[in-house]
Amino acid sequence: MSLTVEQTKERNNALIKEVLEVYPQKTAKNRAKHLGTYEEATEEGGKSDCGVKSNVKSVPGVMTIRGCAYAGSKGVVWGPIKDMIHISHGPVGCGQYSWGARRNYYIGTTGIDSFVTMQFTSDFQEKDIVFGGDKKLEKIMDEIQVLFPLNKGITVQSECPIGLIGDDIEAVSKKKSKEFGGKTIVPVRCEGFRGVSQSLGHHIANDAIRDFVFDKLDPTREFQSTPYDVAIIGDYNIGGDAWSSRILLEEMGLRVIAQWSGDGSIAELENTPKAKLNVLHCYRSMNYISRHMEEKYGIPWVEYNFFGPSKIEASLREIASHFDDKIKEGAERVIAKYKALTEAVIAKYRPRLEGKTVMLFVGGLRPRHVIGAYEDLGMIVVGTGYEFGHNDDYERTTHYVKDGTLIYDDVTGFEFEKFVEKIQPDLVGSGIKEKYVFQKMGVPFRQMHSWDYSGPYHGYDGFGIFARDMDMAINNPVWGLTKAPWK
Amino acid sequence: MSQNAENVLDHFNLFREPEYVEMLENKKSFENGHPVELVAEIRDWTKSWEYREANFAREALTVNPAKACQPLGAVFAAVGFEGTLPFVHGSQGCVAYYRSHFSRHFKEPSSCVSSSMTEDAAVFGGLNNMIDGLANAYAMYKPKMIAVSTTCMAEVIGDDLKGFIATAKLKGSVPEDFDVPHAHTPAFVGSHVTGYDNTMRGILTHFWEGKERVPTQKINFIGGFDGYTVGNLREVKRMFGLMDVDYTILSDNSDVWDTPADGEFRMYDGGTTLEDTKAALNAKATISMQEFSTEKTLAFAANHGHEVASFNHPVGVAATDKFLMEVARITGKPIPLELEKERGRLVDAIADSSAHIHGKKFALYGDPDLTLGLTAFLLELGAEPVHVLSTNGGKEWAAKVQALLDGSPFGKNCHAYAGKDLWHMRSLLFTEPVDFLIGNTYGKYLERDTSTPLIRIGFPVFDRHHYHRYPVWGYQGGLNVLVWILDKIFDEMDRTTNIPSKTDFSFDIIR
Repeated sequence: MSLTVEQTKERNNALIKEVLEVYPQKTAKNRAKHLGTYEEATEEGGKSDCGVKSNVKSVPGVMTIRGCAYAGSKGVVWGPIKDMIHISHGPVGCGQYSWGARRNYYIGTTGIDSFVTMQFTSDFQEKDIVFGGDKKLEKIMDEIQVLFPLNKGITVQSECPIGLIGDDIEAVSKKKSKEFGGKTIVPVRCEGFRGVSQSLGHHIANDAIRDFVFDKLDPTREFQSTPYDVAIIGDYNIGGDAWSSRILLEEMGLRVIAQWSGDGSIAELENTPKAKLNVLHCYRSMNYISRHMEEKYGIPWVEYNFFGPSKIEASLREIASHFDDKIKEGAERVIAKYKALTEAVIAKYRPRLEGKTVMLFVGGLRPRHVIGAYEDLGMIVVGTGYEFGHNDDYERTTHYVKDGTLIYDDVTGFEFEKFVEKIQPDLVGSGIKEKYVFQKMGVPFRQMHSWDYSGPYHGYDGFGIFARDMDMAINNPVWGLTKAPWK
Repeated sequence: MSQNAENVLDHFNLFREPEYVEMLENKKSFENGHPVELVAEIRDWTKSWEYREANFAREALTVNPAKACQPLGAVFAAVGFEGTLPFVHGSQGCVAYYRSHFSRHFKEPSSCVSSSMTEDAAVFGGLNNMIDGLANAYAMYKPKMIAVSTTCMAEVIGDDLKGFIATAKLKGSVPEDFDVPHAHTPAFVGSHVTGYDNTMRGILTHFWEGKERVPTQKINFIGGFDGYTVGNLREVKRMFGLMDVDYTILSDNSDVWDTPADGEFRMYDGGTTLEDTKAALNAKATISMQEFSTEKTLAFAANHGHEVASFNHPVGVAATDKFLMEVARITGKPIPLELEKERGRLVDAIADSSAHIHGKKFALYGDPDLTLGLTAFLLELGAEPVHVLSTNGGKEWAAKVQALLDGSPFGKNCHAYAGKDLWHMRSLLFTEPVDFLIGNTYGKYLERDTSTPLIRIGFPVFDRHHYHRYPVWGYQGGLNVLVWILDKIFDEMDRTTNIPSKTDFSFDIIR
């Protein structure tokens, strides 16, 4: 009893109307702008985006799923840089809740030359709020130098109070950098109250790399370039994603000189201005630095999508188009090499997943990027939305979604629950805060931030895991047990 | 290419395949890392007494602390009341963190809203956020009560919660008589246990202040911030049932963090009813299982004429004896034979197994009350709690630990470390090794670095499932803790005796 596109649109619009009824008038008016049904552009015209407003303040009290600027900077962009120490500057909580939670895989000796899964905090006390924390920060940097002598740099990830009490972390960083012989020390103004979501934190973190890494580079530093040097930008190596991507780029003949920022190092950041092409996976979190490198160093950048064989294939060709025939042939060779694998994965899993419907709500690039991977398995994404997307994300989304897809920006807990309850998709892909809500409702779920502790999902190797995981979620026998048989 | 459809390799095995090992080795040429010898040298140095001294000389830096911030405890306490939605006034990212943190531990939904304050609120204050936030939360989530607490942002700018809530009510955000208790919970004071205390006191203040007390024979029971709340509160109810005690559990979150998967999402489930919370003023006594998690609350109850008693997360025979005898004394209800039999069974189990625990050296860390409870139990088992550490423990806590250690021959050469973190613990484990470590999930990093086997007891536990459903209180709870400790001891015995023709003479089938 599948609905026609027109029926789907009608159902979606009724559903939106229904959820808006619960809100106070002012909030209903606001939320209405964030909810919509994608209308495919026709010859008579049509929308160039998904018709929803985005990147504006969340409404108080609605249970937004969003995080903050600190989460965007420390949690996403800077945290994975493995050989630097990232100080969560302020009270203890922010660093504690984000400690090791994002699964940014790396190779290194933790506590000695790598620090990703550690929690360094200035653990602010009342006296630090009253008298300021700059002296404490200086002392912290001194102690880091003694106890962690192999660190390659320090970042200061500001929590809310820093900007409110007027601390001068820039001056402290400058002073200490000089004292430590020019060590890279990066003050980051990512206080959680800035902006409307994680997104501004990404931007601020990107700008900090520009100002405190690129602008301080020694112009005479040596680097042996090749014509095939690329940098992976915007892959956080969750469950090893960047690794299963890197291997494809290398197999096609490219040389990956840097990973931003999963399993990344300060040396790789510093090498990146020598790249011939920046390949950008998470546009949302790292388009800023990509644009900057294009302007300042003349490095072109290209977006790619390594979820699912259709998009991987197109992306490999797109990346190769920036290089000579050797690389183009390399791309074809890679595509051919993995053909048998992807066919076997699809042959095994597609029959089990064909026609199953999915609703997504994630951050960054995934609300659109994973759609192709689901489609490769015969699945249909019937609803999607961004936690912290901007208009340019929704524009890009139009290339992925089908006519009639339900779109929800910065969805509230209430809306998401109602949408899923009424649409009854076969799978929901979202985050840890949503996971158990839907599982209680008997709806199969996969975390699409952390890959639910699985992964990698990127690349051809990752696609096999993705397919297996979606199958195990949907075809889990537990969903047949939720109703007591005597009822 | 190693991946194949028939046997899908994920991160555990994929990256150990030769093509990835080679790729990752080659990646190092771009990392400009330190020479392997230097890394090894520094690694060895961090194991030394010299490093320990430098590490303990730290005055400003905290590394891998075992504590969280106040609002986490506020949310923990709030969800234990009937139909209650926690509302945290301040930046919204904090709430995303608390919800994630609890969901990762309990494997349950954790509902909580934020007033989503941003830069303009930092300048003008968050009054409008409170007005809109309360109105929206009330309309959408239909709570019976909204419990307001604060993030550090709202505290730094000095928002006046009481005034804001009153104004919001005047503006019609929620009905005038709707319950909106509040507590200031600054993240830069104390820890999550302090937030629990402040919120509990805030909620009781809301219901009790200005009301006349008509004493009854009921008692109030408070669990404190506790990762085993689901199992523990159910066990307490069972024991009180056996004793026929008339009681009110203040903040009963054992149902909301253990809801069934039956097709329905319950945002609220169970909890202390608001009627019972009001009536709790009339109780004869208020008892708390965690002294350091309820200091202000107990003082508040005492000021309202309650007899108060507190324990330190009692685990084991003597601690449970003390708890039950105190309950019996206060209520006048005798301890029934059934509980006495349970006691005997725990003693029996200890007698059966103590040979394997006796004299074993332990390091443990966690919240102040939990570490006190576990220290007492280890001493009872004849084990030596060599290093007892609490990041959120202070001088008073250390003195209490020391008193326990001094009171037992097994406590000799054992020490309490107040206000220290897990990087301190790392130095302790290297310089004064022990047989086993007890702590939360983060202890696995210590286990990896120092090869000290970790027994996971504490909060949070993210990487093992369902332990929060088991009690650690009562004689049954003591049995659980005993078994968790024994399981690790036996696993280690087997693990270290399984090399054929070398060590497997001790690979015994009966232990």
